[in-house]
Amino acid sequence: MNKLINSFSCPIPAFDFEVISLGHGSGGLLTNKLLDKSIFSLFDNDMLNSRHDGAVFDLAGPLAFSTDSFVVSPIFFPGGNIGDLAVNGTVNDLAMCGAVPKYLSLGLILEEGLKIEELWTVLVSAKEAANKAGVQIVTGDTKVVERNKGDKVFINTSGIGQVHPKARIDIQRVSTGDKIVVSGSLANHGVSVLSVREGLEFETDIISDTQPINNIVYRMLNTFGQHIHLTRDPTRGGIATVLNEIAQQSGQGIALNEKDIPIELQVQSACELLGLDPLYVANEGVYISFVAAEIADSYVEALRQCPGAKKAACIGEVVTEHPGQVIINSRIGGRRVIAMLPGEQLPRIC
Amino acid sequence: MKYLGEYRDAELVGQLMEKIKNTVTRPWVIMEICGGQTHSLVKNGILDLLPPEITMVHGPGCPVCVTPVAMIDQAVLLLEKGVTICSFGDMLRVPGSEKSLLKAKSEGGDVRIVYSPLDAIKMARKAPEKEFVFFAVGFETTAPANALSVIQADKLGLNNYSILTSHVLVPPAMGAILDDPENKVQGFLAAGHVCTIMGTEEYNPLVNKYKIPVVITGFEPVDLCHGILMTITQLEKGEARLENQYSRVVKPFGNPAARKVVQSVFETGDREWRGIGTIPMSGYIVRPGFAQFDAERKYGLAPARSKENPECIAGDILRGIRKPDQCPHFGKKCNPENPLGAPMVSTEGACAAYFNYSHQTMAS
Repeated sequence: MNKLINSFSCPIPAFDFEVISLGHGSGGLLTNKLLDKSIFSLFDNDMLNSRHDGAVFDLAGPLAFSTDSFVVSPIFFPGGNIGDLAVNGTVNDLAMCGAVPKYLSLGLILEEGLKIEELWTVLVSAKEAANKAGVQIVTGDTKVVERNKGDKVFINTSGIGQVHPKARIDIQRVSTGDKIVVSGSLANHGVSVLSVREGLEFETDIISDTQPINNIVYRMLNTFGQHIHLTRDPTRGGIATVLNEIAQQSGQGIALNEKDIPIELQVQSACELLGLDPLYVANEGVYISFVAAEIADSYVEALRQCPGAKKAACIGEVVTEHPGQVIINSRIGGRRVIAMLPGEQLPRIC
Repeated sequence: MKYLGEYRDAELVGQLMEKIKNTVTRPWVIMEICGGQTHSLVKNGILDLLPPEITMVHGPGCPVCVTPVAMIDQAVLLLEKGVTICSFGDMLRVPGSEKSLLKAKSEGGDVRIVYSPLDAIKMARKAPEKEFVFFAVGFETTAPANALSVIQADKLGLNNYSILTSHVLVPPAMGAILDDPENKVQGFLAAGHVCTIMGTEEYNPLVNKYKIPVVITGFEPVDLCHGILMTITQLEKGEARLENQYSRVVKPFGNPAARKVVQSVFETGDREWRGIGTIPMSGYIVRPGFAQFDAERKYGLAPARSKENPECIAGDILRGIRKPDQCPHFGKKCNPENPLGAPMVSTEGACAAYFNYSHQTMAS
């Protein structure tokens, strides 16, 4: 923990309390003390500084609007924490709509007893992620719940963005022959979080892939525009779940090639050991594209030029056979269905 | 993956498959014992690549599947008493008479998923005011770690840790399958990892008594194809021998240190197998010397009667008499979301393997 906190460049201001108490959510003096030194000083911008009930701004349409809540446990994990995760999550959801993210809200639910230095670390990470993505946090809310009624910090972010003029992202455009491309190797986020969860800890240097991908998507939309038919980020449930949703919604069949799916060796090994299928494990910094076959090679090539997408690969295509289903060609030449899971993956016995 | 990639080689699988096709001349029924093998067969699409003469039936080697309903009920009862239950993850969704551990957790029970009983020991040391019970299920493979946790707890003088034991043994189950008048199995792929602990010797009496080939086999595609080839080669020649396909991992004498630990904590006794019934001398029971670490004795749990869903044919599936897709409820009334029995929920269960990886393909 200390190592995590000290690694940040933003020094913690002098608060005259060490932990969050119920009073910090009362709206009174304590709330103001907390917000002045943390939220307002960190996220400093005109709209936020107006301290109004909401942010007022001009933005030409078409617009995209998205929201996401974050309850990750533990809140600190190798490669990130709930702060940058919450910003990247909504930024990436907007990017998946083909939008350029502009403004975010930040809703915090803090648990009584949370250490102020932990909150500070989370907020600094959120700020750094916002800078990286080029978005502003323009409105927010802070509430405190009694001890044991939360899990340190829950965060909700909502965001608004302007749809790229060349974007024509729509599930109805997914058609037979489309190539399926992932922008990076899979399952790093889920495995990194598991590696620090109580009772499941294991030593590894696998780090979460959490990152904003809006800049990558923007470059791709500039170059390939309407040839990109659909983009989705495979967070909860991994690529297996997202691809199943797409197959079912579009009524198309999806065929994958196991040997082409990028997964780091140590992630693959950790998954084997834990009895998890990496295709169902969460990602926070990669996205899936369905693109026209004729541009697929140059699309993958262009992605690989972007920082954060060096491992991009074409992993399969849309087919007329088995509509509504995802089928993978195994490494040894067999085939199997990739189905939706009924719930969370549970680690196995032996 | 280092030392694994070689065993997932498509070309090698192709060559073995060719040899299998050239060797087989008539129908044979082979059972793979371990649920891990079942999943590998289905997940890698090997069942579809095999010639039609070879029928693979799926054995009882799924710890979660054979843990009696009554034991799950006992765990739920302990939860309701305020005891913390530490368990391997795939035990959680398995239905008990009334509810699964997952349901009991959502109702407020303190259930923790762990990878090792030693993690449960850590938790018990950290919270001496709470009672911790580790749900010790599994075959010979998990027994050493579970026994070690008892020795550790004893050394540390922990009085808030015990184990709820439902340990079962492979060879008696193989005997019970072969004694069954409905038995169809003509050859076995024995479970590689079980033999890592136990060695190979204990399979010779089965081979001699039932005149049946037993090939100790690994879990990767090349291992499984090789094991199948070795089995049908014996069958076609009319031989019945014990062979070790998994010799890179399994030594004839197994792991004597692990066995010593197991023997110091457990003794052999009768055990109930879910769906199959009680098999004499087929499991481990905590020795009286460690009674204080045996949750059943510690909490005075009365022996409970298992109440099984009468529509579930898990018993037939675990004995290789029927296959998952021969069950009228498969994929309909019974699915991973609403399972009638354990093989549909465990990651090693044959029904789950068929449901997750293949049933829809077959339909299309």
